[in-house]
Amino acid sequence: MEKKILHILETVKDPEIPVLSLVDLGVITEVNVQDNTVLVKMTPTFVGCPAMDYMKAEVENALKINGYQPQVEITFEKPWSSDLISEKGKAALKKYGLAPPPDSKLFTDLEILETATCPRCNQNNTELKSPFGPTLCRALYYCHTCKEAFEQFKPV
Amino acid sequence: MNNLALKELLYKLADDQLILGHRNSEWTGFGPILEEDIAFSSMAQDKIGQSLALYTLLQSLGESDPDTVAFTRNASQFHNCILVELPNQEYDFSLIRHFLFDTAEALRFEALTNSSYEPLSQLARKIRGELRYHTLHANTWIKQLGSATEESITRLQKSLDIALPYALGIFELSSLEKELIDQKIFIGENALKEKWIAKIESVLSQTQLRLPDWKTVTPVYGGREGKHSEHLQPLLDEMSEVFRIDPGAEW
Repeated sequence: MEKKILHILETVKDPEIPVLSLVDLGVITEVNVQDNTVLVKMTPTFVGCPAMDYMKAEVENALKINGYQPQVEITFEKPWSSDLISEKGKAALKKYGLAPPPDSKLFTDLEILETATCPRCNQNNTELKSPFGPTLCRALYYCHTCKEAFEQFKPV
Repeated sequence: MNNLALKELLYKLADDQLILGHRNSEWTGFGPILEEDIAFSSMAQDKIGQSLALYTLLQSLGESDPDTVAFTRNASQFHNCILVELPNQEYDFSLIRHFLFDTAEALRFEALTNSSYEPLSQLARKIRGELRYHTLHANTWIKQLGSATEESITRLQKSLDIALPYALGIFELSSLEKELIDQKIFIGENALKEKWIAKIESVLSQTQLRLPDWKTVTPVYGGREGKHSEHLQPLLDEMSEVFRIDPGAEW
């Protein structure tokens, strides 16, 4: 039953990265089905993520369309980490042109962020331009091989 | 659990985040380089988001809703330290303040991951990871500009000397300090200050910036008790201008 719900939630995408479902992003932390009522627990990628209310409404919508009574709760019980992005999700990010995040446990110093693998040419001839990017979850890089800027999903 | 002590701590944390978040946002469109513009804007978004999460915890303890708390109080009802409300001034001052405050903030949330108040320790575990980017940003620039040219070193040193008395004001003691420590809600301001001094010294020792003897620095207190500088009320007036026009507006 939970699998069926997760399948429905696969259709709800991150509004800022439309190739990534909320399930693959790892922000759905719990699903509980009781009769027709579905309890979903979600957690934000970043505490200040402005898309959270939007994503919550989208989850409620998707469940209603499929005939369920949604109860969506936003909680920090199981905090999100970039390590929760699924392998499928990481592949989708790369295809979209966003470098997937490295293991967050490796991230103890800025040095680990200094280079990233370019999602276009797969080389590491790259340079961190800024740990802050167009959204809270992305950092800015430059690829010296492609001579183009790209973004990486930050390890958190 | 002593609710009064806990609420006071949460107000302190949330107000610091909200006010410095607002100051950081004033760099949007004015950063000395594009990357710094984005960095201060992103940190503003993080901090204001974190303040919302903390005000939401306060709401669960019986306080008013976050918008009311953030936008309708006067300066004397805010518990932020004075350091965060000071005007941005030049980039060197903003950078020094960012370094001094965010180092304390990162250590504070690190300590709070062990808080006996579970909703706060959960939130702290989340916020800790985000703040790592803030302290890395501050440390990178302080190390770079603190050893670069005569102008960058002189400017940062001057700002450091001005900011230090206010930075010590972050650790103003509360009359409820003992309750927080006894109930393992928080390690207390004195323990935090010790960790902070060690961290500040270790980063600055890698630069040409000099710290004075701490005994000669007189802390500027008052913020935690609602006694603020003349700079806070104008900031609050600006921040709440739209909200006050129509408090019941649906967005």
